[in-house]
Amino acid sequence: MKRKTGATSRRSFLKNSAAIAAGAALGSGAIPGFPAIWAQNIKNVTLRQFGTGVSNLNAIAEKCKEDLGITLQMTALDSDSVAQRAVTQPNSFDIADIEYWVCKKVFPAGNMQPMDTKKIKYYDKIVPIFTSGKLTPQSTIAQGTAPHTVGFAKGKNSVEFAAEETGWMTLIPTIYNADTLGIRPDLIEKPVKNWRDLLDPSFKGKASILNISSIGIMDAAMVCESMGEIKYADKGNMTTAEIDKTMAIMTVAKKAGQFRAFWKSFDESVNLMAAGEVVIQSMWSPAVAAVRAKGIPCVYQPLEEGYRAWGGGIGLAKHLSGLELDAAYEYINWYLSGWVGAYLNRQGYYSACIETAKQHMSADEWAFWMEGKPAKTDILSPEGKVMEKAGTVRDGGSFYDRMGAVACWNAVMDENKYLVRKWNEFIAA
Amino acid sequence: MKPFARFSPGDATSYVQVAPLAVIFALFLVVPIATIIVVSFWDYDEFRILPDFIWDNYLYLLTSKVTLATYVNTVKYAALVWALTFSIGFTVAYFLAFHVRTQTWQIVLFVLCTIPFWTSNIIRMISWIPFLGRNGLLNSTLVHLGVVDEPLEFLLFSDFAVVLAFVHLYTLFMVVPIFNSMMRIDRSLIEAAVDAGASGWQVIRNVILPLTKPGIGIGSIFVVTLVMGDFITVRLMSGGQSSSVGIAMSNEIALLQYPAAAANAVVLLIVVLLMVAAMLRVVDVRKEL
Repeated sequence: MKRKTGATSRRSFLKNSAAIAAGAALGSGAIPGFPAIWAQNIKNVTLRQFGTGVSNLNAIAEKCKEDLGITLQMTALDSDSVAQRAVTQPNSFDIADIEYWVCKKVFPAGNMQPMDTKKIKYYDKIVPIFTSGKLTPQSTIAQGTAPHTVGFAKGKNSVEFAAEETGWMTLIPTIYNADTLGIRPDLIEKPVKNWRDLLDPSFKGKASILNISSIGIMDAAMVCESMGEIKYADKGNMTTAEIDKTMAIMTVAKKAGQFRAFWKSFDESVNLMAAGEVVIQSMWSPAVAAVRAKGIPCVYQPLEEGYRAWGGGIGLAKHLSGLELDAAYEYINWYLSGWVGAYLNRQGYYSACIETAKQHMSADEWAFWMEGKPAKTDILSPEGKVMEKAGTVRDGGSFYDRMGAVACWNAVMDENKYLVRKWNEFIAA
Repeated sequence: MKPFARFSPGDATSYVQVAPLAVIFALFLVVPIATIIVVSFWDYDEFRILPDFIWDNYLYLLTSKVTLATYVNTVKYAALVWALTFSIGFTVAYFLAFHVRTQTWQIVLFVLCTIPFWTSNIIRMISWIPFLGRNGLLNSTLVHLGVVDEPLEFLLFSDFAVVLAFVHLYTLFMVVPIFNSMMRIDRSLIEAAVDAGASGWQVIRNVILPLTKPGIGIGSIFVVTLVMGDFITVRLMSGGQSSSVGIAMSNEIALLQYPAAAANAVVLLIVVLLMVAAMLRVVDVRKEL
């Protein structure tokens, strides 16, 4: 009974918001020369945002409502559905929260509009990974779909990516992070230093890799390159021969019984590690935190070859105009103004404008999360639970240590279809 | 098919009577399957499915090594699970039907068999994982008792685990129809067999087994079709390390390759229909009805 009421109210809510949106479009677009009295109207705007679960956080929607009055309707989907929806249902969303590699596929379809960086208040404060591509002037640009390569469009109405900053941004970065292998230090005797340790015979039957072809292949490539077996021109865009060689090495390891299991969902990776079925595996940062929250030691081990990084951002739907477009810019400026950034940093991710986020974090929090210093007090999650005890140091160290050591970015390959088939063969082998 | 022959063409009442079922079948069986068949000939790219008429989906499916490997694996599971559920199901049903004397006790024990079904089958399956794990209940007990020195690794994330979960999930589908067939056997036939000098084993082999064939047939159809179409049991219990036809399909759907998944579904449908047809050749299920 309860559920039914919920469904009805949500439906009528959708209806209402659709009416508001339609009204707003009418009020702004249809009558030219209508005076700009939008600032107060923004409070009535509803923006429909969809994306993957990581950044579609209710806390953000609530705070946004409180600070701006804008209602955010969040829909969480998996990355594949996100990409499909952005391409096939352009009118079903106002704001797309997508990963950069998804953007590479989706933006050229023409359902999104680039953002005018002049209207973005904190544009200059965005971490340079997303603008020039270089974290520091000395950095080298990692392989794969590096965010800045798909971060700018050639012009206001262009669907082509520009190689340099043009003033028209495709996505405003939201969340990014550097991924590595997770280990159980209490069950491992020798030090783990390289990606190749995943296939070390001493971990036979105790290793795992994630079973999502586009990300799993990257981890596999890091392993093969670390073994010295393959030298890739670009791990983010392999040739069929490189895919074959990589999968051959992984298949040999699989048949030799190296892997205990393959995981597909976040909770599977947590359970495998917590139960001791697996002592070394590909892992995501919050999964490591979840294992530790059970009181089980787990380390997000930095490796010599560097990290596999990923990042997402929010982009605007093509159909946004007038009041709604203004509201969307307002939302983006608010997003970058610090509160959200601090919230995300406290979850162990990184935010786009770290300077503004700093103002919303305590000195101790900042030192722990961003500078890699030992925590002076207990470190709390955004919900107020103790995440790390006083005295701990973040695995991998500071922001610059971690994001400065990115070896490749999540990517989508030209040979994606081939990769998927080869990956399925590997699983069936 | 045959019963229709009895109706005369002018008999409108019969058509009206058969209409509701026909409409339901048309809407919920014929239309979806026709759609799947149509889509299986379409083309697709990263994000879209494109109406077309191409044979590529089938061509890749029928020439790929993976398809053969997955079918061999799936049929292997089906065969093992069938053999085990049949032996266990037959034994349980035989005990219930011939060794439990009073009807009350028969009903009580039969209900007892269904108790595991009061929880969801995903939960019944997942609960094996902590039990069979490396540091699970069974392994710690065995190591503690000194039966083994090292935890037994093959217990979880292996073919053993997959088959175990299947047998646990589906044995009741064998017990019920076999029990039902056994209860219909005229007891005087058994008496006659015993009077004629048959041993207990001969009674089972020559009297009970042939007469319970329809029940075995129905149970086998349930078990084989369920195992052939499964994807979640294999994925969870093998730790994602084994494949089945269902897993291949669910992977394709996740990657938005609907036409490939549809082609896979059509081939699986044909294979399963052939298997069911073969079973029906051996057993006349209609005797039961």
